Amino acid sequence: MKIINMKWFASAAVLGAALLSGCDIPPQETVQRGYRGTGMEAVYSPEVLADLVAANQVPEAIPAVSSDGPKAGDIYQNVQVLGHLSVGEFTRLMAAITEWVSPEQGCNYCHVAGEGFETDTLYTKKVSRVMIAMTQNANENWGAHVGGAGVTCYTCHRGNNVPEYVWNIGVPPRHASGMVHQMQNVAHQESNAYASLPFDPFTRYLLEDNAARVAGDTALPTGHESTIESTEYVYSLMMHYSDALGVNCTHCHNSRAFAAWDQSNSERVKAWHGQQMVKEMNNAYINPTNQWLPAYRQGALGDAQKVNCATCHQGAYQPLLGANMLADYPNLSRLAPAEEPAAAMEETTEMESASLDNGSTSGEAH
Amino acid sequence: MREYQNIFTQVQVSAPDYPGVPIGDAERNRTKGIVHNHLLGKLGDAQLGPIYLGTLGVFSLVTGLLAFLIIGMNMLASVNWDPVQFVRQLFWLSLDPPGPEYGLSIPPLNDGGWWLIVGALLTTSIMLWWARTFQISRNLGMSNYLAWAFGAAISLYLVLGFIRPILMGSWNEAVPFGIFPHLDWTAAFSLRYGNLFYNPFHMLSIAFLYGSAVLFAMHGATILATSRYGADREIDQITDRGTAAERGALFWRWCMGFNASMESIHRWAWWFAVLTVITGAIGILLTGTVVENWYLWGMKHGIVPPYPPLEAMPVLDPMMEGAQ
Repeated sequence: MKIINMKWFASAAVLGAALLSGCDIPPQETVQRGYRGTGMEAVYSPEVLADLVAANQVPEAIPAVSSDGPKAGDIYQNVQVLGHLSVGEFTRLMAAITEWVSPEQGCNYCHVAGEGFETDTLYTKKVSRVMIAMTQNANENWGAHVGGAGVTCYTCHRGNNVPEYVWNIGVPPRHASGMVHQMQNVAHQESNAYASLPFDPFTRYLLEDNAARVAGDTALPTGHESTIESTEYVYSLMMHYSDALGVNCTHCHNSRAFAAWDQSNSERVKAWHGQQMVKEMNNAYINPTNQWLPAYRQGALGDAQKVNCATCHQGAYQPLLGANMLADYPNLSRLAPAEEPAAAMEETTEMESASLDNGSTSGEAH
Repeated sequence: MREYQNIFTQVQVSAPDYPGVPIGDAERNRTKGIVHNHLLGKLGDAQLGPIYLGTLGVFSLVTGLLAFLIIGMNMLASVNWDPVQFVRQLFWLSLDPPGPEYGLSIPPLNDGGWWLIVGALLTTSIMLWWARTFQISRNLGMSNYLAWAFGAAISLYLVLGFIRPILMGSWNEAVPFGIFPHLDWTAAFSLRYGNLFYNPFHMLSIAFLYGSAVLFAMHGATILATSRYGADREIDQITDRGTAAERGALFWRWCMGFNASMESIHRWAWWFAVLTVITGAIGILLTGTVVENWYLWGMKHGIVPPYPPLEAMPVLDPMMEGAQ
């Protein structure tokens, strides 16, 4: 009898240990962030937090230089978005971008050795110009989302040519022709944090112009038409938000009324502006670069790799845990002045019309 | 001394084959085979079979298996007939209802048509099985408590997959077939209609569900605890209250003042179980049809406690502020 009991005990212990092995080591730290009793709290595991801090260290800034002296636009040719910087500032920023985006390939990732710096031979040069404009736009016009800390190239790139977290318009996985195809309920999808939800919420809400709101806004029906399907898409998008920021639902919401703004934390407003910002980035900046991209930088449908929350946040509730790199690189914080060469203006107009085209194309593809 | 226990009994009652009471003509509906299994005897009766199948049972099994097969084949097709992926992704795979664009019309097979066919087959199967419970009850001279209890569960099933979608004018409102997908549907449904927890019928359903579990535990424990005095002969004890019933009743009277009787506890349990699904069905039926957002409805009717603003500046909907 005793022996049997010991066996039971041993197997129960082994089973228990196996079940617990997926958990973070306690103790977890809990911070109350909402009204008592609503479960609005942030939960931190010291173990996970240490990894997060280690992964979000900011590289040392290159020593600042004077903004006096001749302007880059006057000295160099074909400087469209940074012409208003002094030559010193311009060179410093170029060095920083090399360190952030192409530390291995160096200047030659965008510039062809032997040709002048002004030529737009490589697609990377043309894309990086648009990306700089995008960064300036985010910092200048999207303070509601990026706040004072702003964004730099490093926020997303972190030493990679292409940021680690980007997305393409989803295509159903291989399936038998004529039978059901799944735009959701596909296992092991990082986009929705492994839920059995639609795996491409991004096309609907970060590219096409849809409001991600589905709950009825009146007590009784008044013709509110949101479907269960669109609810699942929004749910999937929210899984991405949560996963990308390393937070739970209650970072923004009071879970008793996800839709109610008066029950929410102000972070939810920031997230809303973030959605609008990302939508603009994808349509006005990323998509127009698609004309230059080689096939290996495109998705299955030939679309450019686009931005979502994870592109900047990378698991942190604030990218780089709120580090203000922009203070060291203020040149990325404002758009080029209006009196830029006419070429730049044309470029912008072209971009906008291109973005509209791309928007409708992606709509059909979806 | 070894004693007889209801579960994990140490004593196997070994008995000759017992085909059941004679039922005249209907006897041909019963299978012939009888098996005795020691392991089954540990949990309940060691005798397996005969089963009363009949026309209803056969057609119920056929339609049910067909539905099961179509669901499985669709899941298998969605992973390109790859058995490895089928097993790996099984919990994620689903057969989804038609998209909202189809409303209540008949969609193409690969876009919800199969779902509609499976729904029809499964419903047929369940209704036949329901009719069968009436039939077997009648053959055994029983009243229809079992059949009506099953009917209550069917009402919830029909509201979820048939009645409510029709009232809403869209098959898309119905539940998908799949392990995780139907759970995600539940969450999405609650999110879409402003938190089902504020639906009073959902509240009742939960109360009856938990109540059922508590009643079942209380009753089971009481009978097991007094079976040494003959409480396992529950029916005897109803009409001829013996010391087992007396002790069980006294336990609860001393514990909480009130006690159910040997008979009424079964009515308590039956109604709790049945009301779980009936109140659930009513709650689902009202959702979206007459109530759009249960949280706002609860606010309006004083069910939901208002909380003070979370921040010094109340958070406002950015779309209402005329922001970009």
